Amino acid sequence: MNAELLLFYLFSGIAVLAAGMVITIRNPVHAALFLVLTFFASAGVWLLLEAEFLAVTLVLVYVGAVMVLFLFVIMMLDINLVPLREGFTKYLPVGSLIAFVLVLEIALIVGPERFGLEAMPAPPGAPEDYSNTKELGRLLYTTYVYPFELAAVLLVVAIVAAIALTLRPKRQSRFVPPEEQIKVRKKDRLRVVKMSAEKKK
Amino acid sequence: MLETFQNLLSFLPAELVQLLWIVVKILAIALPVMGAVAYLTLAERKVIGYIQVRIGPNRVGPRGLLQPIADGLKLMMKETIIPTKANRVLFLIAPVLTFAPAITAFAVVPFDEGLVLADIDASLLFILAITSMGVYGIIIAGWASNSKYALLGALRSAAQIVSYEIAMGFALVCVLMAGGSLNLTDIVNAQQGSILHWFWLPLLPMFLVYFIAGVAETNRAPFDVAEGESEIVAGFHVEYSAMTFSVFFLAEYSAMILIALLTSLMFLGGWLSPFQGIPVLEELFAWVPGLVWLILKTSVFLFLYLWFRATFPRYRYDQIMRLGWKVFIPLTIVWIVVLGFLILGEVGPWFD
Repeated sequence: MNAELLLFYLFSGIAVLAAGMVITIRNPVHAALFLVLTFFASAGVWLLLEAEFLAVTLVLVYVGAVMVLFLFVIMMLDINLVPLREGFTKYLPVGSLIAFVLVLEIALIVGPERFGLEAMPAPPGAPEDYSNTKELGRLLYTTYVYPFELAAVLLVVAIVAAIALTLRPKRQSRFVPPEEQIKVRKKDRLRVVKMSAEKKK
Repeated sequence: MLETFQNLLSFLPAELVQLLWIVVKILAIALPVMGAVAYLTLAERKVIGYIQVRIGPNRVGPRGLLQPIADGLKLMMKETIIPTKANRVLFLIAPVLTFAPAITAFAVVPFDEGLVLADIDASLLFILAITSMGVYGIIIAGWASNSKYALLGALRSAAQIVSYEIAMGFALVCVLMAGGSLNLTDIVNAQQGSILHWFWLPLLPMFLVYFIAGVAETNRAPFDVAEGESEIVAGFHVEYSAMTFSVFFLAEYSAMILIALLTSLMFLGGWLSPFQGIPVLEELFAWVPGLVWLILKTSVFLFLYLWFRATFPRYRYDQIMRLGWKVFIPLTIVWIVVLGFLILGEVGPWFD
């Protein structure tokens, strides 16, 4: 067994275990942290696939930003754990049926007959001067430029919509615009009173 | 050096020797960084002392030079207190989670031409990704301590780090555009020429944005609302004591060193001599190794950190957010466009 295979089993093992913990563990904060671990382990697997850019971006975007905000929200909400644990046995048959169907579907599509080593042999290793970032950039800005730009437009629309939904027209907090704050001069605020010292009688 | 090492351990399998050699290299980076952290704390107390017309620590060793060692020993001897209702596991993992990213990032930092542990292609991205993990330690520490002060500090810190990371990322985009590479060694080599060829000039706004965002990312004054001793005692690490506390401390200071190092690598020519291209001075200072220049440049930024702390009052929280979102992010986006035109127009002496 070479080091690469060992690392693959290490990362994918951690990913599977952590993903299992995300749905079985009871404390929501722990679940979110296990999700972070899952992302991290998947990034490791992607690194082994020579997709450094995607791996680093996965860590940067999902671990570094999205999950931080997730954790933020989960910590702020004081979740009552009892109702979350209710009805486990009631939903178990339906849940396991759906899970089984899902696993079956995934197995049928990405099973060995389509993605086995015969159908899809392992690609040769990239040469030493291969830059994953450069290749991805080239593809995104040439072959896939329209889908890429469309995705960007979609994101901008989403941003505008999110801001429009959360923007409160009336300010609830007291607010002074900084451009007015910096106009304050000493003579507006401060008055130096000159008075002679009192004499002790 | 590698040969002598291999000969010395020739009884072991070759892969193991390779691994041990990497461990040796890691130690060769990590131990000096830890030493630098220890003496940065002393420098901080001394510099702020002199700024405030005091002497600073001067009792332990000659001129107080052994003070960091005494502090370290003291912290090691103390008792690690775990609050009763704290989440034990997360409480103890949190300092490690802050410290590990701060020190991991040094793996891809080049200290001189070829003097780098892992010369990976996308080292800039790697650093951005790894340093963005540091916030977990802070959030987890705040939550696991089961204390309102700690939670408030953690939330403030998380919001601040996430906001400033965007501006920092855009500043890095500018650097990679100017350098034409994501590799830090290539970025430094793209600044060859003279002091005017360094990226501080074409990227002047980004230089300022990056360093200020770096100060905010490391939760240092004037952006240290996460600690805010006058409002929330010590923020996220209020419940920590002894070694658990000092690991947070080490993480903060190594992150400071990292930011200072990166700023000098990306904007001030890294290990390049400042006298490059100047006829007499260049030959006169040719014997100085690049590492020395890099350390000098890094020290300038570390001094700035201390100077800021002694000079500026703490920012108000809403103004921190305003600076990050309404000033820095638009500025960086505009500068990306400007830089695009500079590169397209092959404006010299940087892009011709």
